[in-house]
Amino acid sequence: MTTTLNRPAAGNPAARKTAPTFRQRLNILDVKASPYLYIAPFFVLFGLVGLFPLGYTFVVSLFDWHLLKGQGEFVGLRNFGEVLQDRFFWNSLFNTVSIFLLSTIPQLVVATAIAAVLDQNLRAKTFWRMSILLPYIVTPVAVALIFTNMFGEQYGLINNILASFGVDRVMWLNETLPSHIAIATMVNWRWTGYNALILLAAMQAVPRDIYESAAIDGAGPFRRFFNITLPSIRPTMIFVVITATIGGLQIFTEPKLYDPRTAGGTARQFQTTVLYLWEMAFQRQNFGKAATIAWLLFLIIVLFGLVNWLISRRIATTGDGRSRRHRPGGWRGKSSAAPAVVLPAIGSQPPAPSREQEPSDGQTDTAGNPTTRRGQ
Amino acid sequence: MTAIDNRARTAAGDRSARPPVLRRKLFGNGHRPGFLTYGLLFAFFLASAYPLWWSVIIGSRSNEALGQTWPPLFPGGNFWTNVGEVFDTIPFWLALGNSVLISGIITVSVVVFSTLAGYAFAKLRFRGRDGLMVAVIATMAIPTQLGIIPLFMMMRTLGWTGEIGAVVIPTLVTAFGVFFMRQYLVDVIPDELIESARMDGASMISTFWHVAVPAARPAMAILGLFTFMTAWTDFLWPLLVLDAGNPTLQTALSQLQAGRYVDYSVVLAGAVMATLPLLVLFVLAGKQLISGIMQGAVKG
Repeated sequence: MTTTLNRPAAGNPAARKTAPTFRQRLNILDVKASPYLYIAPFFVLFGLVGLFPLGYTFVVSLFDWHLLKGQGEFVGLRNFGEVLQDRFFWNSLFNTVSIFLLSTIPQLVVATAIAAVLDQNLRAKTFWRMSILLPYIVTPVAVALIFTNMFGEQYGLINNILASFGVDRVMWLNETLPSHIAIATMVNWRWTGYNALILLAAMQAVPRDIYESAAIDGAGPFRRFFNITLPSIRPTMIFVVITATIGGLQIFTEPKLYDPRTAGGTARQFQTTVLYLWEMAFQRQNFGKAATIAWLLFLIIVLFGLVNWLISRRIATTGDGRSRRHRPGGWRGKSSAAPAVVLPAIGSQPPAPSREQEPSDGQTDTAGNPTTRRGQ
Repeated sequence: MTAIDNRARTAAGDRSARPPVLRRKLFGNGHRPGFLTYGLLFAFFLASAYPLWWSVIIGSRSNEALGQTWPPLFPGGNFWTNVGEVFDTIPFWLALGNSVLISGIITVSVVVFSTLAGYAFAKLRFRGRDGLMVAVIATMAIPTQLGIIPLFMMMRTLGWTGEIGAVVIPTLVTAFGVFFMRQYLVDVIPDELIESARMDGASMISTFWHVAVPAARPAMAILGLFTFMTAWTDFLWPLLVLDAGNPTLQTALSQLQAGRYVDYSVVLAGAVMATLPLLVLFVLAGKQLISGIMQGAVKG
């Protein structure tokens, strides 16, 4: 590219003999500087409002730092020692992981089931797809308000229904596990359909002739699902889990609004880590410790991410290579050093040679191309 | 279509020549799925829609509806009263305006800067390109939201707390946006097109404008849609930097529930009102949203 782009200026022998004119110099400058000018806004802004605050969080965590009084004395790692011995911190971590598991595992199972049902030759395809995506457009705040009402202990819809079947009222707010279930339900309701569509995309990319030959060999629909569909969509499932992890470990809105007068319940029974961070910073006004919590949570998320990445790499290499080989999702079109975290994000739609229910122009697209042309 | 038909026809043919009528109606005949499939889909639809319908029901009645043993199934006549309550409790229109403004600015900024950087990474050669691209990818996995404490201090020092600017600043660019545009543009623009534009004497920026931007439009639309959604739903950061007098729709909505006595019919009427704008967007752009998700846009 460099040579081709420079050709008008440098490739011309006449131009090389004499000193370049002002116009040519300008052109060379344009070619050389433009790329940096185009990427500069991103890097400058991202450094300023993304990376710098994150790094500075660590600095703050080394000080006594008060919300209003500001920077106090340097305390080294004392904040870390105190937070790591703080049972509320561990409690918040337990709650976060518990809610995360309660929202990720059922969600993945149900989303896969929905995707499998949708992956058929349906009438009114777009309607059904839109109907499962409907919760996604309800904002987390509205979701929290609606479900807080439905899970009400006294007059909630769910307890009313349970009561009319003779079941005892469940203490959805005041007991630990029920409150976790209630919050996980909010997350599940909003995200299941969304993830089902991602998984559906992966399912549709499975070549149909594999199903045909399996059917000829006598494999029933369930056998085909477990032996063909599931292994093929595994990379996409890992992607769904990873995004769910990064988001789920930072859950705040739902537990905050489940009981807005407290920071995660009267006995902190559903106080998540970000909620504890918020309480530490803006109620107890201890920025030093809040920054420590933020930094620890950051490390935990990175750790989760790395573990996920290692697992997914192992699965990707020992599992069937077929589903990845077609994938132009590696950012250089090959499996490179780029983290596997992002590969399925873009590559969840490899070209599907035998997908004949789609218009043909969709199939020539490579995975990274969102096309509105396809229209569904 | 034919592929499926063949597959199913063979499968059905293996089992029996003509499946019984009931069986065909329940499980489908191979060409088309049967009642069981549509029954399941209808159940999913109910599960998706019922909580919203429930808030319409309660939002149009009064708190007493919650005490009934058998929950009401249809809306009552109290909706406009509750809407009036909402207007009295929170600055709804101001909040709506703020949310539109904030999400709009963030969307334009993310789309413009992502397209510029994505184009440079996809189509231009420059020293350090690959290393910088790896940096972009690596930052995608970093939860920068955890930098809220220094960010908050920054906004306070600048005196921006309480202002729209403070909400907008931290999300003016995203690493995902750059990666997304780069992935799209790398295949969609032929190198020859850029070369010929350059041969014709177009400057770099005019090549970008006349070659890259038209080609990038579909991806820009999808990136914009998802960026808008993410900005619109954000709660934690606006809660920190804005006060109750100048809220976004999300922080204002949360105010409805903050009092000692909570009137749920008002709260849910508010939830319905706040959902309506996105419902309109969903009806208009639902197909694009679905195709965006299925093409691998990630959630914010």
